Amino acid sequence: MAINRRAFLKGMAADGAAGAAAVVTIGATGEAVAGGGFQRTPFEMPADAVGLLYDSTLCIGCRACQAACKEANGMAAEVPTPYQDWNEGLWDSPTDLSGDTLTVIQVYQDGNMAVKDRAEDGYAFMKRQCMHCTDASCVSVCPVTAMTKDPVTGVVIHHEDRCIGCRYCVLSCPFGVPRYQYDDPFGAITKCQLCTNVPDQEYSACAMVCPTGATLYGRVDDLKAEARLRLAKDPGAEHAYPRGRIGGDNEPNVAPIPVYQDDFYGDNILGGTQCLTLAGVPYDRLGLPLEAPDFSYATLTEGIQHTLYRYMILPAVVLGGLVTLAWRNSRRHKPEDWD
Amino acid sequence: MTARHAPLGGRFISLPVVIMALFAMVAGFYLYHRFVYGLGSVTNLSDGYPWGIWIAIDLVVGTALGCAGYVMALMVYILNKGEYHPLVRPAILASLFGYGLGGIAVMIDLGRYWQGYNMMLPWLTNVNSVMLETALCIAAYITVLMIEFSPVFLERLGMTRVREKLNRFLFIIIALGVLLPTMHQSSMGTILVVLGHQLSPLWQTPLLPLFFLISALFMGFAIVIFEAVMSSVGFRRPLEGEVLGKLTGIMAWVMLGYLVLRFLDVVYRGSFGLAFDGSTQAIMFWLENLTAVIAVALVLPKANRFKPHLMFVCACMILVSGTIYRVNCYLVGYDPGDGFLYFPTVGEIMVTLGIFSLEILLYIAFVKNLPILHTPQSAYEEEHPHPAEASGSATGSAGTARPA
Repeated sequence: MAINRRAFLKGMAADGAAGAAAVVTIGATGEAVAGGGFQRTPFEMPADAVGLLYDSTLCIGCRACQAACKEANGMAAEVPTPYQDWNEGLWDSPTDLSGDTLTVIQVYQDGNMAVKDRAEDGYAFMKRQCMHCTDASCVSVCPVTAMTKDPVTGVVIHHEDRCIGCRYCVLSCPFGVPRYQYDDPFGAITKCQLCTNVPDQEYSACAMVCPTGATLYGRVDDLKAEARLRLAKDPGAEHAYPRGRIGGDNEPNVAPIPVYQDDFYGDNILGGTQCLTLAGVPYDRLGLPLEAPDFSYATLTEGIQHTLYRYMILPAVVLGGLVTLAWRNSRRHKPEDWD
Repeated sequence: MTARHAPLGGRFISLPVVIMALFAMVAGFYLYHRFVYGLGSVTNLSDGYPWGIWIAIDLVVGTALGCAGYVMALMVYILNKGEYHPLVRPAILASLFGYGLGGIAVMIDLGRYWQGYNMMLPWLTNVNSVMLETALCIAAYITVLMIEFSPVFLERLGMTRVREKLNRFLFIIIALGVLLPTMHQSSMGTILVVLGHQLSPLWQTPLLPLFFLISALFMGFAIVIFEAVMSSVGFRRPLEGEVLGKLTGIMAWVMLGYLVLRFLDVVYRGSFGLAFDGSTQAIMFWLENLTAVIAVALVLPKANRFKPHLMFVCACMILVSGTIYRVNCYLVGYDPGDGFLYFPTVGEIMVTLGIFSLEILLYIAFVKNLPILHTPQSAYEEEHPHPAEASGSATGSAGTARPA
């Protein structure tokens, strides 16, 4: 008992991993498992994973990506209530991701907004879309495998024909990406699939139309190399920013290197994402969580789930015990007690 | 002694019954809108708060209130405490309605309910999904509850042969009836672990499954006591005071153990400071836990446990505390950022009220027409005649059972 209690407290103090293993096991069987080993091994990114590199400092807020995305995916224009007096629907003007909007340009504003890409008294653009997590929560939580990860490209794909609309993916996504169409009695979950769902689309429409190269499509390894190249150069130095896709035919956008944050966003945080972000202002100002671990939260839930239910051994053992007790006690009672 | 359980009889229509029926009809009106115009037309659900009170209260709290059958089966059939037997049938009935209507609430809330059966298709199984485990487990448990409850119908229909056959393997069903809630009640906690930093550290912990399991236990005990006292007052029947007093003691100890763990966990994870930042979350944290502390303190002196009004107040406070805990975990403690806010609409509240009203309506209809409630001639009652009967009152009296 003393050992159990010690392991138990030690586990709790170990914040997360060891805690649940030790405690959960005690709770179920009365035996302690000290140490970790319950967290599911994080997934690796596929070698040929593709994604986007969004460079906030290059973005001019033209929203060509938004329009191209709507067109490619055949989605309805959106006019928020405050604009409806003067905007009859010709101008698609979403302010956030929604059931009809898979990508959106938002703006960070501070003080008098004098200088672009400055945290204080400045402003910065942010492109929102699915980050295509290496170890995606939505894929882990979906009860009917309506969210899957392509084994080759790593793109997180949504299968509407499987989806039951429970919206657990909406709840669990750390980036608030999947959306549900609440105003439709037969609504669906929507999210960016990097245009893999669009027939004859060579690569993501948003990257294809971006005039400055702020949204760049490519293999994640190449995108990371490009991001590191930009980070390594001195501010003011000239850089040929690829436009469209890495290795494509587009003429590059030659411009000076700005003052970036220390690192790009998406390398390791929350297990890593295939869509990366570079910016001049701290990433949390752009709505990207910084106070998060380097693993996906799904490794914790799956760890708990598979520790308890591995091959259904534990439930079978508990059931065996319960059946034995119930049977033994039943023999001590008169039959009419049994109902 | 053959008929130890007996139908209550009497008129079904009464003022409370009419009011509850009205609530159920209003809920029907809002449900029509939900299915014709979509979830957004009735609810305040958003992509920040995709789950509202239909999940947090109807399902997560509703099934906890449905744990009466779970704890009583555990006490009577597994721990062999035969003295609690009179409480088993009403408890199973309450569970059946709690879980059944919780399941219906889920179907109402599902955005693509017409594909709901996909959860049963083996080729779409995602073994990593805690929700799948929870859903299948709850579905299985509703089936188990129906079998556990079937002797009542068999008795009523006089099908003794079938009943005898059922009795022979009932111990397996009862064992399942204890295993399944253990599994899905804890899983309802595990469901939230994936939220990570989006759930306040006052509630986010790898111990969530354990806390949800224990809260199912103390809420199960509390609802048994609550329902016994309410039946006694409402139907003017004597109270099983001695048995309920003992149960109150067990409930208080479970609650106390939970509270110690709960605070140790928050302190060990270094999150206790958040409880003092004056936020809504901090206030709800204290509301949740202080209610429980007071409830336990109230019945810590042994004599208090056997006073019907105190055991009732204690059970109510524990129900409130458990309800707040679960709502805190599913709604209050959850912050998706981006300025999203959630408060239920009138429509959402009316549907929830309607579902709970329907639950109580069905309960009343069942106990009046089926042999569910225990007749007063148990061994205990024979030894300790109820004051009302001793004084010769034909109807019995709520006497000692009236809550404060």
